[in-house]
Amino acid sequence: MSGLLKFITCGSVDDGKSTLIGHILYDSKLLYTDQEKALELDSKVGSRGGAIDYSLLLDGLMAEREQGITIDVAYRYFTTDKRSFIVADTPGHEEYTRNMAVGASFADLAVILIDAKQGVLVQTRRHARICSLMGIKYFVFAINKMDLVGYDEKRFREIEKQVEELTKELQLANVKLIPVSATEGDNVTKPSENIKWYQGETLLSYLENIDITEDDHEKGFYMPVQRVCRPDHTFRGFQGQIEDGQIHVGDEVTTLPSNETAKVKSIHVGDKESQVAKKGQPVTIQLDREVDVSRGCVLSVDASLLTASSITATLLWMDDEELRTGKNFFFKLGTKMIPAVVSSIEYAIDVNTGAKKEVSTLGKNEIAVCKITLADQIVVDEFKKHKTLGELILIDRITNMTSACGVVESIDTKEHGLYEGRIDRKVRAAMKGQKAVTVEFIKEGTIDRAFVEDVEKALSLQGRHTYLYAPTPNEDIDLVIKHLHRAGLVVLLLVDKKQADTITNKDEHYISDWNKTGLAANEVAKFIAKESAYSDIFVHERDYI
Amino acid sequence: MGELSHLDELEAEAIYIIREVAAECEKPVMLYSIGKDSSVMLHLAMKAFYPEKPPFPFLHVNTTWKFKEMIEFRDRRAKELGIEMLEYINEEGVKQGINPFDHGAAYTDIMKTQALKQALDKYGFTAAFGGGRRDEEKSRAKERIFSFRNEHHAWDPKNQRPEMWKLYNSKINKKEEVRVFPLSNWTETDIWQYIRRENIEIPSLYFAKVRPVVYRDGNIIMVDDDRMKLLPGEKVEHKSVRFRTLGCYPLTGGCESTATTLDEIIDETLSAVSSERTTRVIDNEAAGSMERRKREGYF
Repeated sequence: MSGLLKFITCGSVDDGKSTLIGHILYDSKLLYTDQEKALELDSKVGSRGGAIDYSLLLDGLMAEREQGITIDVAYRYFTTDKRSFIVADTPGHEEYTRNMAVGASFADLAVILIDAKQGVLVQTRRHARICSLMGIKYFVFAINKMDLVGYDEKRFREIEKQVEELTKELQLANVKLIPVSATEGDNVTKPSENIKWYQGETLLSYLENIDITEDDHEKGFYMPVQRVCRPDHTFRGFQGQIEDGQIHVGDEVTTLPSNETAKVKSIHVGDKESQVAKKGQPVTIQLDREVDVSRGCVLSVDASLLTASSITATLLWMDDEELRTGKNFFFKLGTKMIPAVVSSIEYAIDVNTGAKKEVSTLGKNEIAVCKITLADQIVVDEFKKHKTLGELILIDRITNMTSACGVVESIDTKEHGLYEGRIDRKVRAAMKGQKAVTVEFIKEGTIDRAFVEDVEKALSLQGRHTYLYAPTPNEDIDLVIKHLHRAGLVVLLLVDKKQADTITNKDEHYISDWNKTGLAANEVAKFIAKESAYSDIFVHERDYI
Repeated sequence: MGELSHLDELEAEAIYIIREVAAECEKPVMLYSIGKDSSVMLHLAMKAFYPEKPPFPFLHVNTTWKFKEMIEFRDRRAKELGIEMLEYINEEGVKQGINPFDHGAAYTDIMKTQALKQALDKYGFTAAFGGGRRDEEKSRAKERIFSFRNEHHAWDPKNQRPEMWKLYNSKINKKEEVRVFPLSNWTETDIWQYIRRENIEIPSLYFAKVRPVVYRDGNIIMVDDDRMKLLPGEKVEHKSVRFRTLGCYPLTGGCESTATTLDEIIDETLSAVSSERTTRVIDNEAAGSMERRKREGYF
């Protein structure tokens, strides 16, 4: 028996998704008799004139049954002699694309329905694109309603051409086409008498037999930490789910982002102690020495993982409110949640043609490649390399809505020199008795190097540790500021207007509008001294996320 | 090493969800209704945090009409496992004499839904685990694993937050809450097979035994105490019955059975001809009745 298969059905409105699944469940005798009775009863008042309306099995919300459409994804569970299945039946309306994406993120295989009369539609292309974006690798195009085109092979071949083009464009691997009729049952669970020209498997038999196991060639172990387990002072274990590879007692692991190494002292799989654990298992791992690891950190062995604080990702925008650049979000990836800013929308992707479009905002159900700047270094990787460390959501900080989902395309590798050791910003702040801030001085009028030097002198007299940074053209100012911040310094940044505009990371430690009233140098120094005053407020991670 | 089995995958998913809630939510609670699904959920919670105890309390909303044996089982298990078990009863409803015989749907609303809301408000819980499964009922099949509830504890099925991969969004504002369903993707068969594999203790009401019952409206109702009022023509019979779900005894239909072992129960379940919720009297009221109650705050 093959393993569990999670699949979705998608495609345009009225392509017969719910009907198809309903038919599989009904034919396979997978319904309890009371469900079957309810179905036959419901069908009497339905649109099929008393014949069984299989879609009623899936559309469970009152509004769905009233309107005869699918609004949200429905999950169904069934088992045949060969395999267990979970199917997510997704809505076809464009308006509910985000609910379709929910189903796609859950599935290993997509059954995309195409109405034989209509051929490939915009919505077919949109769904195929989203499935591919969310990481689905196996596709079945079920050419439905063959009964309504007289089971015509020529029509099927025309659509086959359209699908081939789409397949090429989206670079889909593992594609299968099957001519079916969901209402009449042709090639759904039984081979069709009406489609003699098709010799392949029925849909159900194809789903029962397809092998979706990845070739597991010696992949490195990694585990995002969900929580630290400390029942008493003798036990400190890191709990999480192993995302890839395996781990043995005695293995040397690297902790990220702290970049320390330690050996595995013990492993629990659930509540049982074990010498080894593998991909997918929930574990508690004890290490042989103290390391700086908390929720959101990652344990790894030979997984060549990186840390970064800026990434490029393809986003599916799901909120009613438009995305504008500069908007602040909570960013969740793996088990890490931190503040982030969408710093730019590089380009949107036309769901129909795949063409790149320049846009300034992004509307609901649109896809775009964006740059995202994070408040701190996190462990992150490209979706295609380490899936779990490349999946993200953006949460609106006011409404708490899950506004977007996306996959990491690339990470900004310029920053790999940035590591924060045990002497972190908090420790440095305490040692120096000051908070690291950056104060922006834009060269104009009386503001010049001499002025800033006066400010610096006044600050030094008050005991502040400062650094006057006047970058030359083409320097990575953001990166240098980050380094200076980590050193715990008060940075006096002297730039021209053009340089100032290139700085992306202007967080709460970045002061730019201090000079509205034209203060003198010693007044400015007083102001900065106040802004950088040390407060020994301990930032608990809870507050931070 | 091979792939995980189907049950291992479901177990891993549930433990992941339970840990996420403990790590991200301010004040979680696990609803405990004493049934088989609750027993599985409790077992998973014990596993998820081992060697620590679950870092949240358990809550039983007691309608005062539960089978006596359920309450004994609850108290004994809580003591054995060393977990904090809270009980909440809607005392106002008790005072008004609300009961399942005379008050029908109002009884469920007052003693279950209202009681649950009162309990959540009283303790200020921000996240509540429930043992609901998507294969139980059509509106449940549509619900997210992290299901957001507004300040009135209400569910808005037409505007659920997207839930992508396993990146659960637990963010809420003051007075709002999330209901979390770690067993969403389990079927009834999975639950039974897991109970057998893990040797999880469940109340003996699930096993067939000769019990005093009456036949009423096509259901077999157990006479658990003398509050059970017999209708004209009804008589108490002694039959070998068991229960597929546990709830308030006057509202829980049993089935005639001789299954006294887990294996026999699983055999019966696998060959069952009616889905388990038909033995719950409240779900049969009207199409969409579960969705309506969930919108009002029911689990």
